[in-house]
Amino acid sequence: MVFPCLPLLRHAASLWYGSLCGRRGYTMPKPVKTGTTIAGVVFADGIVLGADTRATSGSTVFEKFCEKIHYIAPNIYCCGAGTSADTESSTGLISSQLELHRLATGRESRVSTSLTMLKRMLFRYQGHVSAALVLGGVDLHGPHLYTVYPHGSTDRLPYVTMGSGSLAAMAVFETGYKDDLSLEDAKNLVYRGISAGIYNDLGSGGNVDLCIIKRGSTEYLRGFATENARKYRRPSGYAFAPGTTAVLSSKFTRPLKEIAVVEEAGVAEAAVDGAATPATGEMDTTT
Amino acid sequence: MWRVGAALPQTSIMAVAFDGGVVLGADSRTTTGTYIANRVSDKITPMTESIFCCRSGSAADTQAISDYVRYVLDRRWTRLCAAVKPQSISCLACKNSSFDGGWGCLSCGGRGSLSLPFLRLTPLFLASLLHAYVFFLCRYYLDMHVIEMGTPPLVKTAARLFRELCYSNKSQLMAGIICAGWDSAKGGQVFCIPLGGALVQQPFAIGGSGSTYIYGYCDANYKEGMTKEECQTFVKNALALAMARDGSSGGVIRLVTVDKDGADREFFAGDKLPSFWEKS
Repeated sequence: MVFPCLPLLRHAASLWYGSLCGRRGYTMPKPVKTGTTIAGVVFADGIVLGADTRATSGSTVFEKFCEKIHYIAPNIYCCGAGTSADTESSTGLISSQLELHRLATGRESRVSTSLTMLKRMLFRYQGHVSAALVLGGVDLHGPHLYTVYPHGSTDRLPYVTMGSGSLAAMAVFETGYKDDLSLEDAKNLVYRGISAGIYNDLGSGGNVDLCIIKRGSTEYLRGFATENARKYRRPSGYAFAPGTTAVLSSKFTRPLKEIAVVEEAGVAEAAVDGAATPATGEMDTTT
Repeated sequence: MWRVGAALPQTSIMAVAFDGGVVLGADSRTTTGTYIANRVSDKITPMTESIFCCRSGSAADTQAISDYVRYVLDRRWTRLCAAVKPQSISCLACKNSSFDGGWGCLSCGGRGSLSLPFLRLTPLFLASLLHAYVFFLCRYYLDMHVIEMGTPPLVKTAARLFRELCYSNKSQLMAGIICAGWDSAKGGQVFCIPLGGALVQQPFAIGGSGSTYIYGYCDANYKEGMTKEECQTFVKNALALAMARDGSSGGVIRLVTVDKDGADREFFAGDKLPSFWEKS
């Protein structure tokens, strides 16, 4: 999951890199848009979804305990990889539309409905909404598990992984998956898959979240495994008594008393009218 | 990176027409860059009960296109069947429930046209008025497109819908499609819609990156008048050769055989593919 905190810096860097590459005739390296491990497995009577809890901004861990398994409907949940703003807003949008649809029809939402809504929306944005999703749920037709790619293509499979840690998780799934797993085995398999992502992928980390969806019941296990939880915390805390650090010198500066507040309305109107205002240069400084 | 199968149509797909039907075949590999996102994907998508298409190119684009074509065909066909064929509708003129297709009553010939019956105000006219009303409803739902009464869409109709979408959006799409199927008018037919949005009818069609390896094989081994079983073997062998040489193709072989009785699916696992001089 990526937080684009430094877009300007990154943009400048990419421009510089691009011009460098362009001159030499090299191609730009592809941007890696996700630092996440998400996965899902179909078991005997439902779906187990799993996710790590790390959100990154560049190479910085931005959030250690974020929620990547999003609510779509009471019987449908969705794991998101990619730009966190995009995954959260697109799952939120679909879940809101489905809620209204349920109120209008009085029926349980279907997984294929949410899948179609998601893929149509993502296709319309031609991949600019970078949301890579694992969609799972149980409806009247039974359990369903899908992957959705940012360009709007979808796959339906019995076990899926997504995100930069998907290779590690898929290695675990390919060896451990069987048809009609028991709930405990399925939980364990997803847990091992996400752990593989957490331990072997730089972009993934933190804890393992699970979500178990069965017919008529949904269980969200936030922090199913907390292997990267903080193990030691200083019992006495970090409150130090005043005077612990020696004060070598001190200086106090009074705040300025005479501050003129300039109203911008007049200036702005003048600018809209097209009149050349000598104060244009000052507008930036007064805000 | 996330563009599933973006740069080239990275698959092997194929369809062959025989007397009375078609055989479609495809590999099952879907890639994102160098990673196989799905090793058992189904690239043979049903459009109607007897028209299928093989998709190659961007998965998102071809899924969107085939969803739309299926929607249009569904709307033209099932709405027609659903709106006009419920048992409750019977002809008022002859009390016969042989009213089909919306164009007129099969028993007494009561017409659904508005022009003639306006001349005299008879029970027949009133019956025709009902016919005309239902007819009008159908026309409304049919999107003002007249097709044969109550018959499923033609393969050519489906292929032309694909062509229309692929051609008019060619700058935005990466889609190479083989549309094949059976209809009562022309039997088994294979249409190829390559990248630019052309529409070509062929006795057999191959597509995707893997197809480049098997043009020679197909030209050498295709014979006119092959039976259904010969066509299935031909497709299976050709795809196995393409999948063996093309890194972007692989996995399993999926075959769909369509004839007048409907569609039949076959599946050949990765370790059950035909082998040639290389003994595995």
